[in-house]
Amino acid sequence: MLKIENLHASVEDKEILRGINLEVKAGEVHAIMGPNGSGKSTLASVIAGKEEFEVTEGSVSLEGEDLEDASPEERAHKGVFLSFQYPVEIPGVSVTNFMKTAINESRKAKGLEDMPAKDMLKLIREKSELLEIDRKFLSRSLNQGFSGGEKKRNEIFQMAMLEPKLAILDETDSGLDIDALRIVANGVNKLKSKDNAVIVITHYQRLLDYIVPDFVHVLHNGKIVKSGGKELALELEEKGYDWLKQETAV
Amino acid sequence: MDLKDKLISSFMAFENNVDVEHSVHDVRTEAIKNFELKGFPSKKEEAWKYTSLNSLQKIDFSIFPREENTLEYKDVKKYFLHEIDSYKIVFVDGIYSSYLSETTHDGVDICLMSAALTKPMYKPVIDVYFNKVASKDESLTTLNTAFSREGAYIYIPKNKMPKKPIEIIHFATGNEASLLLQPRNLVIVEENAEVQIIERHQSLTSNEILTNAVTEIFAAKSAIVDYYKIQNDAATASLIDNTYIDQKDKSLVKIHTFSFGGKLTRNNLNFYQNGEYIDSTMKGVTILGDKQHVDHHTLVHHIEPNCESHQDYKGIYGDGSTGVFNGKIIVEKLAQKTNAFQQNNNILVSDKATINTKPQLEIFADDVKCSHGCTIGQLDEDALFYLQSRGIPKKEARALLMYAFANNVLESVRIPELKTRINKLIAKKLGVNLGFDL
Repeated sequence: MLKIENLHASVEDKEILRGINLEVKAGEVHAIMGPNGSGKSTLASVIAGKEEFEVTEGSVSLEGEDLEDASPEERAHKGVFLSFQYPVEIPGVSVTNFMKTAINESRKAKGLEDMPAKDMLKLIREKSELLEIDRKFLSRSLNQGFSGGEKKRNEIFQMAMLEPKLAILDETDSGLDIDALRIVANGVNKLKSKDNAVIVITHYQRLLDYIVPDFVHVLHNGKIVKSGGKELALELEEKGYDWLKQETAV
Repeated sequence: MDLKDKLISSFMAFENNVDVEHSVHDVRTEAIKNFELKGFPSKKEEAWKYTSLNSLQKIDFSIFPREENTLEYKDVKKYFLHEIDSYKIVFVDGIYSSYLSETTHDGVDICLMSAALTKPMYKPVIDVYFNKVASKDESLTTLNTAFSREGAYIYIPKNKMPKKPIEIIHFATGNEASLLLQPRNLVIVEENAEVQIIERHQSLTSNEILTNAVTEIFAAKSAIVDYYKIQNDAATASLIDNTYIDQKDKSLVKIHTFSFGGKLTRNNLNFYQNGEYIDSTMKGVTILGDKQHVDHHTLVHHIEPNCESHQDYKGIYGDGSTGVFNGKIIVEKLAQKTNAFQQNNNILVSDKATINTKPQLEIFADDVKCSHGCTIGQLDEDALFYLQSRGIPKKEARALLMYAFANNVLESVRIPELKTRINKLIAKKLGVNLGFDL
């Protein structure tokens, strides 16, 4: 589904990603771990098409299609979803209206008519129940005055509504207490199928107890320095990142 | 002949049509003398540094319309808040249109300035209020005073509230090659009374229109005035709005100014707090493009203790548009425990757009809370990326962010149908259909 080859990316001439290779197939869950500043969030932003980052070498393709010239919204229409570490507040625009706009813009891009209001309401009801979101919450302004946990839950709600092929969860576990973490993880697991894929970016093993990865990759200095199965995450939890840093230095 | 000379010589012709024996005429005569002395303000004056009236003065404006014009309601319906019932005071080329209006004398007076200035029954009120808060030396105000004859007259007695909002609309039809309009409004809201007013100037022509309006508002003890100015005029229409507000104890006056279009707009909002526990609020949303120009000049004069003022102006400037915000707050020595807040935030969406923003605080009391802040920025790239990553195209994403930016000003609009209307105007102004009613 997603194929990243020798990806180099920089911001303001500073190279952050230095040759990433990663292949994610449909039905798989990949976790990307690594210390602060290793390039995890940059990788997520580059896949989603943030213009601030310049791809200097290599490529990102989705289902065989090179994404180089695709804008963030075109990538979204093709099925890429990024759950943000810091979602943006939009006063005056309710969660419901925001989702209506997002869904209908995607449909428009595919040459479809707007979703009928009745279907939209049904979809919203179904997905909000999945994430145990109160109805009142949906008429509040997007992310405005939301707690950290509410923001993250709302991100996963948006993911549920948009049904992406590839979902990237950037530090979705930060700011979540254990109950919220369970709800969010449960939502992600229910949305998972053999046709879609998930990349989980996290510092900690904690989230991976709930969203169990097929593969774990360790990012350091803009490169994937180690890949393994879910046991790698446990090893990292136990030993920290220092041993890896030493290992790669050698 | 330049415009100033033309105006002064027109005054004699004007006198032929008004009662020169009425006490009001002494006021007019004084006013024209002041205008003759001062003339139009120039850019040399600090208050007019960023707004030039030079090119407007070169236009050969008709001072009085030559003929009466009629408009069909169906052709101008969209300019009314027709979703709800309202009182209407409508003028066409400066002349009252009884056909389009709905006035009343049922418990309140919602009628015409021309009646108030001539009929003996109104004389006691006119003597007390007319030209009492308006400036007697600001040249454009005195120009209006000199020619004051027509406009809206609203008198709300003690404890009364009109059953519905009042719309004041001035249409210009273009039957004249270019026309100068000088409406004069007087709004008196007595103790514990309340009123909602929507004011609009609308040119229906590509001919040049210049409106120099003066509105005096008197809010007595515990009165509530909710005033909305909708400025979305044609590209050849200019407006100089001079509004003066006199507030007494515990009164609440809130003015919203929505500036979405017009060639040149100058808003002079002047609040005088003559009492305690007064609240004066000014809110504004400005969204400009092309070569439009808006200049917001506000003044709050805190004269007595324990009062508040709130100002919140948001501006979005595109293309080659220019904006000015100058917010003056004076806190007199006696006005202890004053709370005065002022905020002006701007987004420039084009490299060619300009905004000049200036807080001007003169504080003579020592126990006060005054804050002011102004920002000029661009749209937040991270926020834009967030919306785009949800599949919302850049243009719509930008519009949503601009809407969100202006949103808190809209929250205080108390007439829901008006709020919807403003939202639609904003969406239109931003050039997007967001697929839902904002």
